[in-house]
Amino acid sequence: MSCWEVIADYGLRSLGIGERLLPRDDFTLCKQVVLIGSGMIWNIYFGALALVTGFFLATAVALGKAARNPVARKLSTWFIFVFRGSPLFIQFFFAYFAFLSLKGVSPIFDPFTAAWLGALIVLFLNTAAYSGEIFYGALQAIPRGDLEAADAYGFTGWARFRRITWPTLLRLAWPAYTNEAIFLFHATTLVYFSGFPAWRQKGDALYYANYFADKTFNPFVPYPILAGYFILLTLVIIGIFGLVNRRLNRHLPQAARGKIRFRPNLLR
Amino acid sequence: MKKILLGTAALALTAGVAMAQDTVRMGTEGAYPPYNFIDDNGDVAGFEIVLGNELCARAELTCEWVTNDWDSIIPNLVSSNYDTIMAGMSITDERDEVIDFTQDYYPPTESAYVAMSEEADFESGVVAAQASTIQAAHVAEGDAALIEFATPEETVSAMRSGEADAVFADYDYLKPIVDASGGELMFVGDPVPLGGGIGMGLRESDTELKEKFDAAITSMKEDGSLNELLVEWFGEEIGQY
Amino acid sequence: MFSYCADPETLDGLTWLSCYLTTGKHMAFYGAFGTVLLLLAITAPTALAFGFGGASAARSSLAPLRWVGKAYISIVRGVPDIAFFLFFVIALDQGFEWLRHQALCPGWDQPVRQGNDFVVCQAAKLPLSSAPQWIHEVYGFFLAVLTFAIVFGAFAANVLYGAMRAVPRAQLETAEAYGMSQRQCFWRILVPQMWVYALPGLSNLWMVLIKATPLLFLLGVEDIVYWARELGGTKTPQFTDYPHGDWRMWYFLALLVFYLAFTRVSELVLERIMARLNHGQATSGGDAQRTTA
Repeated sequence: MSCWEVIADYGLRSLGIGERLLPRDDFTLCKQVVLIGSGMIWNIYFGALALVTGFFLATAVALGKAARNPVARKLSTWFIFVFRGSPLFIQFFFAYFAFLSLKGVSPIFDPFTAAWLGALIVLFLNTAAYSGEIFYGALQAIPRGDLEAADAYGFTGWARFRRITWPTLLRLAWPAYTNEAIFLFHATTLVYFSGFPAWRQKGDALYYANYFADKTFNPFVPYPILAGYFILLTLVIIGIFGLVNRRLNRHLPQAARGKIRFRPNLLR
Repeated sequence: MKKILLGTAALALTAGVAMAQDTVRMGTEGAYPPYNFIDDNGDVAGFEIVLGNELCARAELTCEWVTNDWDSIIPNLVSSNYDTIMAGMSITDERDEVIDFTQDYYPPTESAYVAMSEEADFESGVVAAQASTIQAAHVAEGDAALIEFATPEETVSAMRSGEADAVFADYDYLKPIVDASGGELMFVGDPVPLGGGIGMGLRESDTELKEKFDAAITSMKEDGSLNELLVEWFGEEIGQY
Repeated sequence: MFSYCADPETLDGLTWLSCYLTTGKHMAFYGAFGTVLLLLAITAPTALAFGFGGASAARSSLAPLRWVGKAYISIVRGVPDIAFFLFFVIALDQGFEWLRHQALCPGWDQPVRQGNDFVVCQAAKLPLSSAPQWIHEVYGFFLAVLTFAIVFGAFAANVLYGAMRAVPRAQLETAEAYGMSQRQCFWRILVPQMWVYALPGLSNLWMVLIKATPLLFLLGVEDIVYWARELGGTKTPQFTDYPHGDWRMWYFLALLVFYLAFTRVSELVLERIMARLNHGQATSGGDAQRTTA
């Protein structure tokens, strides 16, 4: 069986397309690379969707934490504390447990016990808390002069936020936010590992790496393959975030832009 | 106290004859009653522990129990972190390629389905099994939708919560749970013979140790003491030698 | 534990609970909290040392050393820690035994890899197979610390590397003008000043480290998560004097409280350290102290 056939058979296996059964003998390098790569689809799905949706909640949480209203402030502060203060895997455990109980209440909650939705919600809340803290830090660091200038130009309310506060906040938060994105993608490996069950052997990259390690009794092949995929993914994330960073800082003089520096200010 | 602080679940056992020979380290999982589990005192206990200690005594070896996570139990054996595995491990061809087994000390096992009601659809419904077990592989080949959990505990609670229609696992693991449920859980369908018997796993290069344990198992089979142990731990209906 | 615990079946309510919570198994669970704290206490300085080494290497003027430092930082940071933990301990263990084998058993004629088996001579085993169990456990613990230190050392290196670059250039130039050598500049000016820039990153790293401890059971250390799973699982009367249903939720709730409390305490301590480091610094934090004082 050539490697092309393997790709045709197992390339989309993690979505349930292709061979129904996982390979049971003859674990060639090609099979391991293809199947683990197929699992990466889920890691990217969880990471990308949680990041995009989490971004908006994070902005709201950051503004909430900085708000004058004590209710909004307390709520945001506690949200950030609980999700940043507890290990992700315990969050997964309680979420799965809670979703199972809700399922008994109403069939509307049926899809929540499946990883594609349930785990996504946990990751969404988790990344919102971490990013929220980053954005809050950036919000506090916005130069007073910028806001005074906005006042002088007559900006108020939404316009002031949209045109002045928000772009500056993003610019300041971006390096730390890049790190958060990297860690979020790494955290997606926990979904099937200690969080949600895998249906019909459709799992993420770690699930398949684990499968091969279990079948071949040799951890030294599948896990480095997984590591290789994640190094690639990390490079892609750094590339994309670097482009955004360039755009965010495009008005600054060349020297002041600087390269995006990966100082993890806030990470998982 | 030091032992407890370090999270020890080991039990040193000295054979009658003090020998100059090194200790044999016996690997087990400690999470699969009645084969092996951690008792209330935090020590390893179970059928395999009693059996293993008796085998060591007969082979005049000094043995010591260590616990290891199931997922890495074979890699750690071939890496020489312990010398044997007694962890309810069925003798399969896949495993036999990587490690050696003694003759079986537990007859070929049957796996069974357990569900909440007689009508549960275990053939084409949702069946829970522990990830990377022979049971999971068996369900994956059939028509049922396989749902995999990291621990056997979670498979049973998934069935209780209605997430799965049935659980598929070793009969002997499920039996005490069914017995303790007071009629809530029941076996459904016929048991499925899967895998060979259970044997002790050793490194392929460790032929000398394997012969010693093989001889000890043979002697226990011959004088009937192994059968007594089996009945004591698994009840009368267990297959005997 | 208590004398009335001899026959748990006759007990109920609080007395039952007091016996249940003091079984040897629960003692091991409580001990595991100590194990986790001990691991954190040892890992943090070790990881910092790795980080310092990595950061120093990454800004070295010697090109190969610089490459090694940068490769270490970027490769280890690019991989999820869980993937490392799944094969690193065995790799480290085999690496050490292989080195000892080369040193201690030069006359050994058999191959180290026999098929799937990894076999070194008896004298090279780590720990020696005649060693008592507690030495094996200490060794396993040591491997876990080392693995954690290698992984988190890369993150610490990244933070320190940034902090070293954040020290104002003028400070170093002044030192040079005073006639200090490269080495003196590094140790007397750069290193003492970099901490204030590194602390926010390092304190976050500490928080991350705390939350990575549930992965300890992957490294063969019986930690609080291992025991919470073990104790919380359904217990049938056949194998225990204290049968109960699926109580994992309560045990995990206890873990949740532990982690939240630990995070909170860490936050408070780190705030105080930051206040002290800011003292007298020419940063906005330092300015703030001056104006409020």
